[in-house]
Parts: sequence; C-alpha cells; structure tokens
Amino acid sequence: MIDYNIDQNKIVTLSINRTDTPMNVGDIPFTLELEKKFNQALGEKDLKGIILTSSKKEFMAGADLSMLQTIKNVDDSVKLTSEIHRFLRKMETSKIPVVAAINGTCLGMGYEIVLACHHRIMLNDSKAQIGLPEVGLGLLPGGGGTQRLPRLIGFEKALPYLLQGTKASPDKALKDGLVSELANDLDQLLSKARTWILACTTPAQPWDNPKFKVPGGDVQSPRGYQVFPASTAMLTEKTYNNYPAPAAILSCVYEGLQVPLDRALEIESKYFASLVTGKVAKGMIRTLFFGINQCNKGIARPQGVTPKKVTKVGILGAGMMGAGIAYVSAKAGIQVILKDVSVEVAEKGKNYSEKILAKDLARGYITESKVKEILSLITPTVDPTAVKGCDLVIEAVIEDRAIKARVTHESEAVLAPDAIFASNTSTLPITSLALESKRPANFIGLHFFSPVEKMPLIEIIMGEKSSKEALSLCLDYTAQIKKTPIVVNDGRGFFTSRVFTTYIEEGLSCLRDGFAPAIIENAGKMAGMPVGPLAVADEVGLDLIYHILNQTVQDLGTKAVDQGLFKDVTTFVKDLKRLGRKSGGGLYQYPADGKKFLWPELAKYFPLDAKKTDVQVVMKRLLYRQVLETIKCMQEKILTSDRDGDVGSILGLGFAPFTGGMLSFLDYEGLDTFMKNCVSLQKDWGPRFTPPKLLSDMASRGETFHGKNL
Amino acid sequence: MSDAYIYDTARTPRGKGKSTGALHVARPIHLLKTVLEALASRNHLDTNLVEDVIMGCVTPVAEQGGNIAKAAAMYSGYSEKVPGMTLNRFCSSGLEAVNTASAYIMAGQAHLIVAGGVESMSRVPMGSDGGAWLIDPEVARQTYFIPQGISADLIATLEGFTRRDVDQFAVVSQQRAAKAWSEGRFNKSIIPVKDTVGKILLDRDEHFRAETSVESLSELKPAFQQMGENFGFDSVAMQKYPSVEKINHVHHAGNSSGIVDGAAAVLVGSKEIGKRLNLKPRARIKSFALTSTDPTIMLLGPGPATKMALERAHMDIKDIDLIEINEAFAAVVLRFMREFNLDQSKINVNGGAIALGHPLGATGSVLLGTLLDELERQNKSTGLVTLCIGGGMGIATIIERV
Repeated sequence: MIDYNIDQNKIVTLSINRTDTPMNVGDIPFTLELEKKFNQALGEKDLKGIILTSSKKEFMAGADLSMLQTIKNVDDSVKLTSEIHRFLRKMETSKIPVVAAINGTCLGMGYEIVLACHHRIMLNDSKAQIGLPEVGLGLLPGGGGTQRLPRLIGFEKALPYLLQGTKASPDKALKDGLVSELANDLDQLLSKARTWILACTTPAQPWDNPKFKVPGGDVQSPRGYQVFPASTAMLTEKTYNNYPAPAAILSCVYEGLQVPLDRALEIESKYFASLVTGKVAKGMIRTLFFGINQCNKGIARPQGVTPKKVTKVGILGAGMMGAGIAYVSAKAGIQVILKDVSVEVAEKGKNYSEKILAKDLARGYITESKVKEILSLITPTVDPTAVKGCDLVIEAVIEDRAIKARVTHESEAVLAPDAIFASNTSTLPITSLALESKRPANFIGLHFFSPVEKMPLIEIIMGEKSSKEALSLCLDYTAQIKKTPIVVNDGRGFFTSRVFTTYIEEGLSCLRDGFAPAIIENAGKMAGMPVGPLAVADEVGLDLIYHILNQTVQDLGTKAVDQGLFKDVTTFVKDLKRLGRKSGGGLYQYPADGKKFLWPELAKYFPLDAKKTDVQVVMKRLLYRQVLETIKCMQEKILTSDRDGDVGSILGLGFAPFTGGMLSFLDYEGLDTFMKNCVSLQKDWGPRFTPPKLLSDMASRGETFHGKNL
Repeated sequence: MSDAYIYDTARTPRGKGKSTGALHVARPIHLLKTVLEALASRNHLDTNLVEDVIMGCVTPVAEQGGNIAKAAAMYSGYSEKVPGMTLNRFCSSGLEAVNTASAYIMAGQAHLIVAGGVESMSRVPMGSDGGAWLIDPEVARQTYFIPQGISADLIATLEGFTRRDVDQFAVVSQQRAAKAWSEGRFNKSIIPVKDTVGKILLDRDEHFRAETSVESLSELKPAFQQMGENFGFDSVAMQKYPSVEKINHVHHAGNSSGIVDGAAAVLVGSKEIGKRLNLKPRARIKSFALTSTDPTIMLLGPGPATKMALERAHMDIKDIDLIEINEAFAAVVLRFMREFNLDQSKINVNGGAIALGHPLGATGSVLLGTLLDELERQNKSTGLVTLCIGGGMGIATIIERV
C-alpha cells in the first residue's frame, strides 16, 4: 500500500501505491498503514527527513467515498477524523522534515495530507490537478483542509478553493501558494525534495509558531469584516441556502482561524460530522458520484454483446443539435458525415465546430494541429447516401414524422445490416417512428440535450423492438463522446421531456392561480432549479408547449391536458403572438439594451390574488409535480432504475442537486413529510398531486427508492 | 409612578465625518466633554447630585470603547460620585439613553441623570466593531443579513418610491436645514466645539448643502447597487422578499443620512429635583416604546414603535404637533408618512439627517433637543421622536411641553 525506501542520505521515501483500489484513495487501512510506515521511518538511525510521494500516476484522488457513505452517526465521524488529525499533527510536529513530492493529481484527503507536510513540491504536469473538491459532494475537507489552507495562504485566497472546490493546475497552485515549488520531471521532483530536507534545520509549521499570524489578516480585522459578510451573502445568492456544505466550510474558516489549530480541528470535526451524516451529502454522493460513475461505466450494458467502437457516425440535420452532435463526435475522434438538405446549412453546421475550436485555440486549450484534425473528421454533405459505412446514424431533423420517415428510408437504403439508426427526437415515441424502419430492432432513441457540447447527459430510449445490440452500440458511442447515459423505455416524452414539461406547466398554473410572477420565478430558483419556470417557458418557446399540448389532445383527447393551461398558452401563441425569447417577448420582455424583465402586462392576463403570496407553496408545487411525474415514470416502467431517474433529473434537467435527484427527493424530504405534503397539495391544487399507486404502496411499507440501500 | 422631565438639551454642531471635517481633530471624549460641561455650567449643577451619565455609542471600541460615558463624566469634571454607562442600541442609542434615564426617574430610583450620546464617525469608523450578526457567517446567513442601504432600497422597491421621490425628499431636508440655520433655530442647543487653546473648531453644522437640487442629486450614482449586485446582497433580500423581481437601487449619499461627528446630552430629572435646584422643566416624557420587525428589511421599526408609544400615551397620531423621524434613508421617512397618512408639514420641519448628518450614538438625543426647541419656538405642545434601528428595531418617544 505504501512503498518504503531509505537512501544513503538517510532520507526515507514513502510512496503511496495502493493495489487494492483502482486509484490511490484514503481510508482507515491507509491511514493506519501510513502511520506504521511513518513510525518505521522515525526508528531509522540518523533520519534526515521523509519524502511523501506516490508510485502511481496520481498522488491521491481523495478519500474513499464508500467508506464515508457508511458513517451513520456523529461519534463515528468524529472518531474517524480525530484519528486523521492526530496522525497529521504528529507528523507536522515531529521535528523531522516531511516533504510532499506531488507527482500527479492530488485531491481532497491527498492534499490535506500534503498540507500537513512542511514543504510541497509539485510536478509541473499540466494535466495534474490539486485542490479540495469535497464541497461538490456535499462535504468539507475534514482532514484539516479548512484549517491548514487558510493558515497557509490566508482566508481570502483559500475561500474559493474551499467553497467552490476549485481545482488548480500546478502553475496556478504555485501562484496561489498551494505548493511552494514546481519540478519539471520526476527526478527533479525528488532531488528538490532531498535538497530541501538536507537544508532544513527547523522543520515546523508556521501555525505552530506562537507568534503566528494568518497571512493577509485575521478574521477579526477590517478585511475580515468585509470578506465574511460578502462571502456569506454570495453563498446565499449562489446556493439559496440549500447546501449545508459551503455554509459549514465558511463557518469552519471563520471560527477555526480564531483559535489554535488543535482546537480548530475539533471545530472542523463537528461540522464534518454534521455533513457526512446528513441527507444532503448522502444523496449527492449516491447520485453525483456513484450513480454517474455507474452510468458511465455502462451498468446498463446488456449481457452477451461485445463492445464496439463507433468509427463513423452519420448525422442527419445540421441545425443546432446536429451541429453539436457532430462536434462532440469529431472531438472524440469519430468520423462524421453531417448531412442536411442544403450545402449552406450543412456547412454552417460544421462552422459550429469551427467556432468552438477557434475559441479553445485562442484560450490555449487546444493546439492548431488538433483543431485541424478534428475539423478534418467532419464532412458536410447533401448526399443521403454519404452515410454508407456508418456504424451509427443519428437523425436530428425537425419533429415532423414525414421528414423523419424519409430520412430513415434514405439511410437504411445504404446502411450495413448491423448499423444502428437513432433518433434524437425529444418527444415523439420511438416505437411509432420505428414503424417506418425496415429493421426496427436497429432503431433506437438517442436524446441529446442542448447545447450538446455542454450538457453531460444522453437519454437512450428503447423502442418496443430496439435490440440489445442497438443499446450496446449507443452505450459504446456515449462512452466514446464522454457523456453520461441513462436508458429509458419508450413513451410520450420519455422521461426527461415529460418531466421537464411539468415544471413549466406548474409554473404557468401558479401564474393562473394568481401568484405574482416574481414569486414563481424566485420560487423556482429557491427550490433549487437553475432557472425559473416562466423563464424556461420563454426559452423553449410557448409555441413548443402549445405544440406538445395540441399533439397530446389530438392523440389522447382533450381530457389529457389541463384546459386552463391549454387556453392560456393558446392565448399567448395565437392571439398575442408572444412565443418567448425567439419572438422578442413572451412571459418576459427582452429589451435590446438590457436585461430581460417580466412582462409588466402579465397581471392583465393573470390577475394577482392578494392571498397567494406563500413562496413555500410555489416551491413545493414546482418540485413535487416533477417528482410525482418521475415516480409515474417508474410506475409505467419508462424508468427502470432509480439511479437513472436521479442522474437524469440532475444532469438533464438541472433538478435540485442537493436532493440527490427526483427519486432521492423522497429521502431528502422524508417519506412521511412527502406523503403529507402530497395530501395537502392535492387538496389545494388538484388531483395531479395524488401519489401514484407505486408510491402509496411503497409508503405503506415505509420504503423509498433508496430506503434499503442508503 | 413619578414623571420624568427634560430640563435642558445640548449638542455639538455636526462635523463632516471625514479627515477633512472640522471635528476630525477632536477626540470623541472631547465632544462629550463639551456637552457635559455645558449642561453643568449653564444649569449651575452641583454634579454631586447627578446620579448617572448614560451615553449611547454605536461603535464603542478604541477611543470610544471602555465605557466612554464614565470616562467622560470624570474628564468633564463631574464629581467622582457620578457613575457612567455606555449603551448601544445602534442608531437609537442617544434616545435610548434618555428613555433609560427616564425609566430610572419614573421608577423613583433616580432624580437627576445626564443622558446622551456620541459618535466620531471620522475617527472610529462605522462597522469597525464587527459584530456576530454581520460577520459570523452562520448568524448572517440564518438571519438574512443585508446592509441597511440595501434594506432602504428594498423598501423603496416594495413601496414603489422612485429615484425622483427620494431625491425630492432629500432636497426638502436640505432646504429646511438651511432655513433653520439662517433663522438661528438651533441656537438654543448648539454648543460650539473648541480646540485646546480655546479657539472654535466648529459652531455650525457642517454637512448640509443649501444649494442641493433634484437635478444635482440626479447625477449621483446609486450607492448600494454594486454591493447588492456583485456581493450577493440583492439576492439575499429577494430570497426573503420573493415578490421582488429586482431591487431598485435609489439611495445614494445625497438622500441617505450623512456621516458626521458629534455629541449630545439631555438633562433629565424628576419634578422634585427641579424644584430643589430651581430648574424649570421644559417638557415631560409622556411615553416611549421599543419594538422590532424583520431584520432584513430592517428599517420598518418606526411605524410599530410609534403606534405603541401613542397607545401608551392614549394618543392618536393626530394629537402630535411635531415629529422628528431620523432620516436614515429617504425611503424610511416616506414609508412612515405613508403608514400614518401624513404629509411633510409636521415632519422634520428643520431638516434631518440627510442634510445635517447622523452621528450614530448621538442622534436620538440630538433629535429630541431639536424637537423640543422647535415646539417652544412654535409654541406647540406635543412631539414625537422615532428612529429606525439596526436589526429591525424601532424606537419612539413622545414628549409634552409643560
């Protein structure tokens, strides 16, 4: 686990080399082993110093999250962190020089160990990252990170690293003082470490000096009086006080810097315990770490199908979506045929990649030769037979059954028998589109999100006849373009579009019920959604909502939609011609020279009700409506795993990440509370809040989707 | 219960609260000494009879720290028998000191107290004492703390006060202050501040600008917009008041209270002590009240405090002849006027803190003196002083001439 070596200078090198885990991670066995090896070194006669490094590519990826997920009570947590603190304090007060030779990425607990070393040298590898990203999973750096980093570089510089989990490149780490030196190669890294040890006379941490002052000023100083109120307000602005972790971090820094380190570590331990045993971290770790990893690693992959590599992909339709798909595919080294009906449109689609790459080039993120290589992979064309030889064809033409049918026929005429045809439709059932296919087993849904290059999720939709080979290839492709896949069954709007629509609908319902538009928009954001529902409606366009409602009425009858909603949307689309941002105005106004603002005349169409002012009610309606729809998706087997529901809701819809996703929401809210709230919502606002049978059955057994595997 | 009477009021002129201000060279204790000495000498006080010196101070640190009231009593030559207490109820401290003194007297536990306040904002900057409410992240977060200027802008947003509304109010404050000075209406209470060799440092309020107009104010940029938009405070305000789509930042240095240096003191006593010392009571403290409201919007305290004080005095707002409401921000006064359906005719008739400045710890006593002098000048009877206070608090005191 840790390689031990002593050289002729009496310098011991402890090199982390975990063979029992894929990467170097920190857990209890590791900490025990590190102390054992440290003690062994202390036993060496004439010991000059200790170099701490790694035998793997990375220095350390962080703490073992599965270990953290098992911590159920505060005392266990405090015991665990106290052990780590005790050892790190022993190390930094040992009077033996300890140097961290950081040979690669060094995150979380890894960097916390480094902080307790007397000197920090990092290999200047532009791919290596250093930092304390715990906050992203609802935790804080509980190994002294909230205390040593601000004592090392001052609270002003430390707070962004702690509160945002910013990861630094070696250059940036040197500039901000996270490390003290850089080395050009591994030999230099170790020789610099040895040189430092041999020159070191009094190895001690600055914070153990009785005259120690926090660099940049104390908490109780004019600077502190500016930084802390602003940091608190900015935290509330950003998190709507939904995330306990950054709040705990800020308090750890504020409180901890006013007492000696040993006492500060006690404070940190308590805050850490409150987070690690809390529902937010548990949910975030479950979904954002384990859930996403499982999706990425292809947990949905069907048995018995050999993985393939997509080498050539055909993309039909070079609009915004097609162009984005072309870009991410080419970037992954896949040859792209980008087909549209006119040369101009197809070229424009390629131009989308050119623009993105030019920006990356200007910022120095990419080399010129790489840009050329990527662009050379994209062939714009008007020739429907050009997709010949593609392993996968993705149609991203407009949502028109006739056009979709035509491009399906055209492609299948030239495709190899085992090639897969995927539709990027966001609403039309795959099974119905597959009726136009000669080989419906090879027909599948591959739903991208816009903008494709930024949105991490892909929703793979299994039509009734889609084969496991089709699914397998889509998973292979998704992995190649580094997206996270969820797999759902077919149905109107599948999972994401179906639930997405309910958010907008509920926002519009609140408007119709007389809530002030600003309350609705603020409620959306306060509830944890990235954008208010009315703003979302304007972005997607009220005409699209109208189209979806209209299609539903045609397919399923008038009772299938809320008549009031349909009427309101019709008014905006047909009478007022206010479609949203695209028409220059919808529920908002979009002045050419300023920020958008809510259309002042909304009150004319949606009279305010003086009694409808409770933002909490609106927040509940917006979230519960989506969650209930997701549970219906589980009930109808559109969703087949709660993991996909959670991952898809956060990555695809931006649903409140602190809850762990739409199905974890039951655990976040508490099953009893959730059921009670459903009853009152149903009473006040209608039967759409009635719990689906699946839920009431589960509730009667006291189960949530994660109740058994928390 | 005994009655508490006001026998005298004194204040320093208010100097601009910056390093170029006339009073910047005067230590805060010197400002207090100026008013304490004046009260003692012009009332021929045997200071052995003064039972307490209670002084408000909002930033009681550094040279304003360590109970400056007691230090000032000693330094001003008061008898060693005189105790001293510094109190901090934020912007109302100067009035709180008078109310506290009155409470002692009404309860029969004292007969003669000097109450007042001091703030040298140029020397001990506002906020330099920190404080858990602002600085401690957990406290600030849970209580949705925002700076007062943003609270004032929030009031303006919710009430629909435009930039022009608040600027117009500010101009009236300036014009009234200038007129009051030109007619010598403050003369009764003003005690010039002298330097160590006896030369006058300042004998007139330094902050007001008679030439202020709506046009000249329109050039000023909103003072709290950047803070609100760039440092998250607007969002905090909106999370507490989600019916707000956007904060309308209307306040700036020209329609908010001025930062100034100054001190004030009020001689409060029982009827008996007046007789014994042959002092003529000028007014009786009829009632006072304290309350608190939501700390985020923070500045709505004057309304409910006034209602409480009126109720205690069995009075209606119509029974009040003159009102001094601290002009912390223009919107605070406009909102108060709307709440009580008042026009400006009996409010801050000699201008207010927008023109003259708000020496935090002293203002309450200053306003009380200004009110009483004006009641006497107009030969009217009842007056109300009220201030908005940090943390959402409000204070009101009703006096009646005797």
